[in-house]
Amino acid sequence: MLRLFKKILTTGIVTEKYKAPKDDELEKLGIEIKRHIDKQFSGSIAIRQVDAGSCNGCELEIHALNNPYYDIERFGVHFVASPRHADVLLVTGPVSRHMQTALLRTYEATPNPKWVVAVGDCAACGGEFGVSYASCGAVSNVIPVDMTIEGCPPTPLALLKGLLGLINK
Amino acid sequence: MSASNWTTDFLNQLNSAEFFIVPARINPNAVVSTAFNGDPQSDKIMLWQIESRHWQLFSQYALEHNLRWAAGWAEHAETVFIVNACFEKEGIYVLLRTRINTNNPELPSQATVYPAANRSERHTQDLFGISFAGHPDNRRWTRHQAWGKHSYPLRKDFSVQGEPQAVTPPDMNYPFVKAFGAGVYEIPVGPVHAGIIEPGHFRFLAVGELILNLEERLGYVHKGIEKIAEGRTPDSLARLAGRISGDTTVGHCWAACRAMEQAAGITIPPRAALIRGILAERERVANHLGDMGAICNDVAFVFAQMQFTRLRELWLRTHASVFGHRLLMDRIVPGGVSCDLSETACTLIKQEMLQLKNELSEVMPAIDLNSSLEDRLYTAGYLSPETAAAFGTLGYVGRASDQDFDVRRDAPYSPYNQVTFKVALEDKGDIASRFWVRYKEINAALKLIDQFIAQLAEGDLLADWQTPPAGSEALGIVEGWRGEITTYVRFDSDNKIARFYPRDPSILNWPALEKLTLNNIVPDFPVCNKSLNGSYSGNDL
Repeated sequence: MLRLFKKILTTGIVTEKYKAPKDDELEKLGIEIKRHIDKQFSGSIAIRQVDAGSCNGCELEIHALNNPYYDIERFGVHFVASPRHADVLLVTGPVSRHMQTALLRTYEATPNPKWVVAVGDCAACGGEFGVSYASCGAVSNVIPVDMTIEGCPPTPLALLKGLLGLINK
Repeated sequence: MSASNWTTDFLNQLNSAEFFIVPARINPNAVVSTAFNGDPQSDKIMLWQIESRHWQLFSQYALEHNLRWAAGWAEHAETVFIVNACFEKEGIYVLLRTRINTNNPELPSQATVYPAANRSERHTQDLFGISFAGHPDNRRWTRHQAWGKHSYPLRKDFSVQGEPQAVTPPDMNYPFVKAFGAGVYEIPVGPVHAGIIEPGHFRFLAVGELILNLEERLGYVHKGIEKIAEGRTPDSLARLAGRISGDTTVGHCWAACRAMEQAAGITIPPRAALIRGILAERERVANHLGDMGAICNDVAFVFAQMQFTRLRELWLRTHASVFGHRLLMDRIVPGGVSCDLSETACTLIKQEMLQLKNELSEVMPAIDLNSSLEDRLYTAGYLSPETAAAFGTLGYVGRASDQDFDVRRDAPYSPYNQVTFKVALEDKGDIASRFWVRYKEINAALKLIDQFIAQLAEGDLLADWQTPPAGSEALGIVEGWRGEITTYVRFDSDNKIARFYPRDPSILNWPALEKLTLNNIVPDFPVCNKSLNGSYSGNDL
């Protein structure tokens, strides 16, 4: 147990220590997000992530938003387990035809007002997979999309910036 | 072809049973291994053609000889279906092939002998309309409702666009296994899961908290990868292969490029091979770090999750600064690599590895001594060596259940033929074993990267591409971070791809999850699942 505490103490808080130029920008971005979310959602925004057919690359980077470097929760942005609790659907992948109904139902289950963010090149335009017998292509072919965050996959920083863009809208 | 191995005896036995097999090279264009150059793996792959009526009988002989069933796929060529199955023993691969007429496409099932062949045959049944006689479970698998029961997407007369409905209906009537009795109930989970993960459906039959049965229903992220690969150029196929499973972008891209290079008879420059090795081992470390944190997180041990995600983030930032992409996508290209390593970058990588070792030497004892973690991980999610062998379980899942196989050691390809390393092995088969195997693999990977860097000499990064003759084919087999990836490529004329089949290790590992969760409690399912961490996308294609 002592080792554990020692490691925690010696690791310190990496989130705030980070002062490199790039992460200054992140800090600034984060504060921007916080300001806008405060205005619209009383300091909290709930995201339901839906993989509608991605290769899992986007999920890996969305996961990274929760690591201690980005720590997205400090800005009041958090991921929830049910669309019923969500303000935002973060949708990845070209929408596979086998996921089409599941995505539609998730969208319907999300209470208004809601935003849909299409994450990654596949979600934005179909990417490497396009439209085929198995794929509906872009998310906007299936549900209304409020904004897209491009990249294959988008970096955690791009995801943060994207969320800011959405809230600015 | 190396002579003194098990294939000689096996062939004699088969041919005395009227199989009449004439062993051949699968890829006559392939670069033949010499003492100093060439590809050591291509000598270890043989093509055996048999008559279709012997298809199942062969698998019975194969099982007697302890061959492992590794992959199965088909191909439509005018009036015939070419059906393939790949077997392995002691690092030597046999590509078994037969031809059946498209008018009456039926073949005796190998799944009756090898459980590993079960879902693969169902996939072939759904996409080609080939029926496997005697199959123990011929329910649809990859097909949900996006195409009709009597249309088959991988036949040549099926267009890439198909005839989809405006809204594809849900797959409502899939006949799940049922159980009846007092207190037995079903828990349906998915396809949309509660976390940030891929979609799939799990159907639990439970009594109280105890899992009586788990049935997986996958195929939700089927994106038609095999179909949209047709007609692509080598560069375009490599990009697609890099997106079969985002966490295995290096592994799949390497397997696809190896297959294409073998088919075209191209040897990549030594420097490119070493950089590929470094990329693949870095991908392994990144994923193991992520998984080890996630396993701890699934039993609510957040300290470890935070430490491991921190280490993973640092690792990925180096990917970005040195190689130009956080997940290393598109760094491997046909003929070589698209990124180089400067002296400064090598020094940086070495320092980083030293730092990671130091960090892990602090984190791991803190984890090891934690009794609440021990309580959750030891003996939970047990997969016996026998079950692991029967399902052909691969990678860290197999190696945690005493399956001592690693393509890098047993069928080495450049640059792994130039280094020495120890394959991590555990024999307890529980979640803790799958956790510790990952840790051992991280250490082995770091040593490998050190050796690769030491061998880096000035040289080209890319070999000139040469268009292979129409019909050229090859297998590319690599050890991805999840385990063996077996990829088949056949070229058409004009440098175009005629057939692409990537067999992700998840296809063989997913069935093991159904077995290892038995008699565990429902709340332990997430950690059981994470300890295996199959790819949905790599499975569904």
